[in-house]
Amino acid sequence: MNLTEKILARHSGRRKVAPGEFIEASVDLILANDVTAPLAIAEFEKAGARKVFDPDRIVLVPDHFTPCKDIRSAEMVKKLREFSRRYGVRFYEIGRAGIEHALLPEEGLILPGELIIGADSHTCTYGALGAFSTGVGSTDVAAAMISGRVWLKVPEAMKLVYTGRRQPWVGGKDLILYTIGLIGVDGARYQTMELTGPAIDSLPMDDRFTMCNMVIEAGAKNGIILPDTITLSYLTEVAPQKKVTLDWPGCEADATWKKCLEIDVSLIEPQVAAPPLPSNSRSVREFAGQRIDQVVIGSCTNGRLSDLRRAAAIFRYGSVHPEVRAIIIPATQKIYQQAMAEGLMDIFLKAGCVISPPTCGPCLGGHMGVLGKNEVAIATTNRNFIGRMGDTSSQVYLANPEVAAASALKGRIAHPEEVLP
Amino acid sequence: MTLKGKVWTVGDHVNTDEIIAARYLNTTDGKELAAHCLEGLRPELVKQVSQGDFLVAGENFGCGSSREHAPLAIKEAGFSVVIACSFARIFLRNAINIGLPVIEIPSAREIKEGDLLEIDFQKGKIRNLTRKVEYTWSGYPPFLQELIESGGLMKWVTRKYIGSD
Repeated sequence: MNLTEKILARHSGRRKVAPGEFIEASVDLILANDVTAPLAIAEFEKAGARKVFDPDRIVLVPDHFTPCKDIRSAEMVKKLREFSRRYGVRFYEIGRAGIEHALLPEEGLILPGELIIGADSHTCTYGALGAFSTGVGSTDVAAAMISGRVWLKVPEAMKLVYTGRRQPWVGGKDLILYTIGLIGVDGARYQTMELTGPAIDSLPMDDRFTMCNMVIEAGAKNGIILPDTITLSYLTEVAPQKKVTLDWPGCEADATWKKCLEIDVSLIEPQVAAPPLPSNSRSVREFAGQRIDQVVIGSCTNGRLSDLRRAAAIFRYGSVHPEVRAIIIPATQKIYQQAMAEGLMDIFLKAGCVISPPTCGPCLGGHMGVLGKNEVAIATTNRNFIGRMGDTSSQVYLANPEVAAASALKGRIAHPEEVLP
Repeated sequence: MTLKGKVWTVGDHVNTDEIIAARYLNTTDGKELAAHCLEGLRPELVKQVSQGDFLVAGENFGCGSSREHAPLAIKEAGFSVVIACSFARIFLRNAINIGLPVIEIPSAREIKEGDLLEIDFQKGKIRNLTRKVEYTWSGYPPFLQELIESGGLMKWVTRKYIGSD
């Protein structure tokens, strides 16, 4: 069995599972947000449930339309708050929270080997810590809040082996955009993507989160990375009380893969994905000159501290182009504080960026940076679908934080090396 | 169960933002969501659909976000079944969980807009009455069939976990 199959077997009381089998698995953590939880709560109540299976294992994070953008979104968050008070489930209020997929790992709520479901497609992020983690719907969450279980089909597996040394300005975002470009937006549909190889072994934790975060853009059920010393040192910091160890047997010799793919990362340049699909990724050089109106640096994909550090390393060389607005969104309250303490916020403010509170906001065209007709953005977010960030005629290009920052300075899509003195 | 209806088509990789844009997600009301169903792709479609019509798509239908509002909007807009070459996985489970029938057949692309179809769920037959062609469909795996027959996930879970409470 591979890593995903081992976790699924352990959570369904079986010695072995095989691709295609349907299982009912126990869940270690259930997540929902301000968009998906209200539907889940309605279903939970309609079913006549009087208690949740375990309040400690349910987390509600209002992050999509918060701080609430209008009366209706305020009413939706109110439902989460009230549900949390009534049933004792975890609720993260704004000011003590952030974007769910940055927040939960930071809070030490995710451990290797666990099984996590979330009513948000980017729940797959936590595979970076060696957990099985996948996005589901609101009704799934309602059912799991009652039963503590979820129905799953054991996925087939794709093994990706990343070799070679990363070029300058290339991070996890570029590796995953390149991969999606290679296999397509449904290249891993229903499958697990196990990310392996020497280039993953040396990849920092934040970049691993970014990669696992975007496996859904290739249609994958989950992405997963075998825990190692990088995982362990991260967990020791965020969850010292949990005393995590690395007693991982690794992938058994009989692990079977539907497909194995080797990717030499030394050939990958910083990537940009053109609208309207994340698979339209090519070297940033091919897009140089594309004018832009807005830059967004943040989201569950690239709103972590190292992303802000990378952006600041570019913004210190200039000011945001007069015809461009740049929005910086630290993903959590803690990241915001750390960025302040390191002086990153000063750099952003001096360069003419606006800093938003933690929110998913513009990534999904919710608020805090919605695009008007025919406007063009380059963003460190995860989707560039038609109308994703605003009007259906607007466009989104996806990139890493350095490329986004360099583009903000130039007023057009730019390679980071263009802005260095 | 046999259903008869007219076909409306969309292409490959139709994503959940096109099915229901995030700006409308500040409500969970199915009727309101339905008013904006597929607005990003075919803004006029929702006004033309009659109750019971079929939506036919290419590959990877419903990719993107986990928003259950997407199958909900489609169902409330009047579509009785979605047929596609393939479905994105979260959309598929959401549709099954809320009781929107979905049919995966590789030949979905041969079905054209305006065609009249008759679907026989028991026999797994889709008859294209306009083109006089018949497609067979192998049905759902037994586990999913049980879920559907129970009336959806909540009924299944309620019976299993709350019934004896």
